[in-house]
Amino acid sequence: MKAFKSLESAAAPFLPPNIDTDQILPARFLHKPRSGGFGQYLFHDLRFDVNGAERPEFALNQPHHRDARVVVANVNFGCGSSRENAVWALHDYGFEVVIAPSFGDIFHTNCVKNGLLPIRLPEAVVADLFARISETPDLVIRVDLEAQTVTLPDGSTHAFEIDPFAKYCLINGFDELDYTLSHRDEIAAFENRYGREND
Amino acid sequence: MTAAAARTMFEKIWSRHRILERPDGQTLLYIDRHLIHDGYAPAFEFLTARGLKPHSPSQTFATPDHYVPTNTREASEIPDAERRYMVESLAQYTSDFGVQMFGLKDQRHGIVHVVGPEQGISQPGMILVCADSHTSTHGAVGALAFGLGMTEANHILATQTLWQRMPKTMRITVDGRLAAGVCAKDIILAIIGRIGTAGATGHVIEYAGSAITGLTMEGRLTVCNMSIEAGARAGMIAPDETTFSYLAGRPYAPKGEEWDRALARWRKLPTDLEASFDSEISLDSSEIAPMVTWGTSPQDVAPIDGAIPDPEEAPSPERRESMERALKYMDLKPGDRLDSVAVDRVFIGSCTNGRIEDLRSAAAVAAGRKVHENVRGWVVPGSGLVKAQAEAEGLDVVFKQAGFEWREAGCSMCLGTNGETVGEFERCASTSNRNFVGRQGRNARTHLLSPQMAAAAAVTGHLTDVRKMLPGE
Repeated sequence: MKAFKSLESAAAPFLPPNIDTDQILPARFLHKPRSGGFGQYLFHDLRFDVNGAERPEFALNQPHHRDARVVVANVNFGCGSSRENAVWALHDYGFEVVIAPSFGDIFHTNCVKNGLLPIRLPEAVVADLFARISETPDLVIRVDLEAQTVTLPDGSTHAFEIDPFAKYCLINGFDELDYTLSHRDEIAAFENRYGREND
Repeated sequence: MTAAAARTMFEKIWSRHRILERPDGQTLLYIDRHLIHDGYAPAFEFLTARGLKPHSPSQTFATPDHYVPTNTREASEIPDAERRYMVESLAQYTSDFGVQMFGLKDQRHGIVHVVGPEQGISQPGMILVCADSHTSTHGAVGALAFGLGMTEANHILATQTLWQRMPKTMRITVDGRLAAGVCAKDIILAIIGRIGTAGATGHVIEYAGSAITGLTMEGRLTVCNMSIEAGARAGMIAPDETTFSYLAGRPYAPKGEEWDRALARWRKLPTDLEASFDSEISLDSSEIAPMVTWGTSPQDVAPIDGAIPDPEEAPSPERRESMERALKYMDLKPGDRLDSVAVDRVFIGSCTNGRIEDLRSAAAVAAGRKVHENVRGWVVPGSGLVKAQAEAEGLDVVFKQAGFEWREAGCSMCLGTNGETVGEFERCASTSNRNFVGRQGRNARTHLLSPQMAAAAAVTGHLTDVRKMLPGE
């Protein structure tokens, strides 16, 4: 997993609430091999019309948002299906941070496991972000994971919470599986006593 | 017992599976059962690349469901090479690693969330997981069952454990008698309509109350299945005599003395009387009518005898906007009667409603009637055993005589990963679980409803109040 410490980037806004993972990555691309990358399928049916032409009104087809590395989304982003391919699609497209007031639980976990930093900010702050991006489409957002802050060009700063272990994994590009495998003996001891205890 | 010592069923299961805690407060949980499907090729590729093997193959059970065709049992006939690889690689990897596989030609094959309970693999008190969000289904037997992503699935294959932060608990109590024509699907749709698609985010739901305990096991599976559509991590129902008699004698259920010991343990699982939940919600089931969705989220739901809601009456500008967007996609007008909406397709099946009782209730409506000439109706059993049982009861004949297509088991048109989709701008009455934009196919329009409501829509050609078609009505 790639390490993440901080970045400065333009943001792409996705306004509707409850954007589900079927919209982020439509089911008909789920069987595509991971090696081919999923960025090309990201938001496919919102991004392209039935003839494959870009829909100009969609954020990712607008010049200031095309190369954005920060997603700004609304409540319950990534709800629905557990498909990790939705996170792969965001990651492979080039996104490194997703800011929203709330996330689907499984999507949130999938983000962390793939080096995509999910940031929860209050609804009012996200609404303000949408307004600012609408006014200044190339608004540059600075995200500092070490300091747990999101900073806007006018210097206004918003702190965010993150699970300390998730933070450690993201900053160090650390794979959780290695950590668990270092606890092999405790797992074996548990398995040994499990089911034999006096229920 | 003091209130402090009283525990919910969720807490009892959680604490029995706790291996260790991490400094950040996450718990390493032991996983009893890992169900896997034909989306797992990336997980096995990951394991192989890391030089790892499944830690507990005997606790892992596989069946291909997402990519299998439902018109044939020959994987070699899957025309698309990448989809065929998903199905065939599952057979190869499970054979290499000694994992029990219910393959396409095995009658025990089916949708993973139908197969687990049917085989007695899903049992009370267990933690059961699968890289599929509808894993919440298995909570109906009194288990803690939840979906996860593929990286977490890798972790479980490699260690049989998973890191989790303890979720919050929510109890949803549904009391009262269900009216005729109202079933488990209507209960869960009414719940989602009430609390919303994010209403239970971060929570494990325990369903309780006389309307829940009065459900059969299959009805309970339907309710728990859609917990995720309310945002919940999991849904569960306390095991009782209904659960035990359902599980007794199933192939993977404990036998003999082991059964007696298990039963004694399972009887201690229900939530203690004085235990408290982080939140409580209650519904009166006598007020629940047959439900149908009108929008693009399962929370966009209304009683069939109602009208399509007006965004102008939405409680907030944001809600108004999303209602307008949903109605535009669905090509519906506010104020129109829901039972006037004509459909092109009917899909009866899925992990929500692909079990024998679902097929029986749909067949009871279809019997002696004909599928409307403008409608193409599909019945896709949830497993090979459900299909066999239905055929033994003659339900296949009922469906075929009515003009339905009678197909093989699989996820099929619920999400169309196997290529079986609803056409562009077609409208489908579906017993599945999600009416998201594009869920059943690009620009496809989905109305979620119960199996008997789906059968009613098939024969009339439009969304229909099934209560008007039941005997004695």
